[in-house]
Amino acid sequence: MANEVVKKEPMFTEGYVIMPYKYSVGTLASKFFIEIRDHKKINGVKCPKCNIVIVPPRSVCIKCFNKIEDLVELSGKGTLVTYTVAHYDSAVQAMKPPYAIGVIKLDGADTAITHFIGEVDFKELKAGMKLEAVFNETRNANILDIKYFKPVKNKG
Amino acid sequence: MSHRVAITGIGQTRHSGRRPYHNDGEMIHEAVSLALADADISIKDIDTVIIGNMDLFEGHYLNDAMLADYSGSIGKSGFKMNTGGTVGTMEVITAWYNIASGQSDTVLVIGWEKHDEGPVTSAITTIYEPAYTRWFSVGALSGLALLSDDYLRRANCPMEIGGIVRSYMSENASRNPNAHLREKYTVQDVMNARMVLYPLTLLMICPTSLGACAMVLAKESKAKKMTKKPVWIKDHVTVHAEEGGGLFDALSGGPRRTTETEAGKTILKRNHITKPLEEIQLFEMYDPCPFFHPFFLEDFQLCPEGEAWKLIEKGLTSREGSFPISPSGGVMCTNAIGDSGTLRVAEAALQLREDAGEHQVTRKVTQALASGFGGSNWTDLFLLTNSLD
Repeated sequence: MANEVVKKEPMFTEGYVIMPYKYSVGTLASKFFIEIRDHKKINGVKCPKCNIVIVPPRSVCIKCFNKIEDLVELSGKGTLVTYTVAHYDSAVQAMKPPYAIGVIKLDGADTAITHFIGEVDFKELKAGMKLEAVFNETRNANILDIKYFKPVKNKG
Repeated sequence: MSHRVAITGIGQTRHSGRRPYHNDGEMIHEAVSLALADADISIKDIDTVIIGNMDLFEGHYLNDAMLADYSGSIGKSGFKMNTGGTVGTMEVITAWYNIASGQSDTVLVIGWEKHDEGPVTSAITTIYEPAYTRWFSVGALSGLALLSDDYLRRANCPMEIGGIVRSYMSENASRNPNAHLREKYTVQDVMNARMVLYPLTLLMICPTSLGACAMVLAKESKAKKMTKKPVWIKDHVTVHAEEGGGLFDALSGGPRRTTETEAGKTILKRNHITKPLEEIQLFEMYDPCPFFHPFFLEDFQLCPEGEAWKLIEKGLTSREGSFPISPSGGVMCTNAIGDSGTLRVAEAALQLREDAGEHQVTRKVTQALASGFGGSNWTDLFLLTNSLD
């Protein structure tokens, strides 16, 4: 009986929750973002014990659990490991589709960084291709100070 | 010495994309009632209730308390689980610890989700680390797409494998009355569908479903009184990694080491399994997209790297094959996330009981795997059996 009535007119309560947040990026990531903002340089960290280079920086080694305190400078160039092209849109995405996202292993690093890939024909995307960082004119010490990575053009 | 733990009752709702006539409590109560009836007990016989879903997916949080009347947990011991994609499997693991330790004799686990009621993509974006990676997430799908592309390249796997796997799953789901997407698709249907997130077409992506799955777990002496067909949790493991790093460990020149490789090695070694595709006969896999079948078969150490897609192409993993994966239709056809993990264990148990009905596999099953997946940063793996002898 109750079901029959409800099936004609199901009722909902609707509402919105707005959830602003801020997140302390920590000691090494603060240095990492300041170097990008002030000098357009991408740094990694080198574990003093097992020597692996991690980028973006983490304060504890993912391999040996050793504390890491110092940054090492990387060239801003690297190799595409894997990628995807987004053809759909949602409220949380930072760009309008279609756009490419890549996992990029920077030269000298042992881990990879995720970022956009720009100035590229999607058909030319290929794991193994060489990429380089392009920085925004206005920089605010966050990961979007890197505008995207673009293919390295062969000279000549 | 720990107590042995069996699954003695299983209940699930039908899964769908909309369910406007019932609230979440009414929906989970349906699954709970079916599980209790299957175990031939009443709620009075349950010591502990464990319930879980995805935080914020329905716009509210405290479902263990909010739904205590519907779940039957009033006045009982209980836990809320909210561990992302692994929530359903972590509920079963927590139930196992509860019984194995002697704390409880009987535990009711409930996994559920009502995907259409809240900001699913916004909520799932909060799983990404805010400083480095959140900006590049495309909801839940970006990780699935990147891991798929990574597998295709590593294994030299043809794209059509995606179509083959999804067509197996559609055939399986068409036989499962509780599955959400039950339409049959050919390989070409899947390959020709709209590209959503390369290399995943629309038909390769798991749906957002509504539903609940409940199970009764009990210690050995109780289990044997409840049912003639207990399914035993022979072993289980959970493995974590930090976001990103664990997936690409091989980048530094080392061997491939993911949460799946570590989980697989542990389960096979502890149970002295040397020929997994013979000694185990079925895998209910947390499989959010088709390329995860070959990728997981390899990472879970069930076959050599680069070989899984060839075995799949030959029919190994179809319902009639010698090692069926997700005869229920899997997560690709039914994905009410909070219940997806619970459902993997439940569906593997139904197969071991030979109670899966139309989607029962054609060969005899004595040992089965079931897995839970949390963005590859968190893997749960179970070894289930219908005989401890």
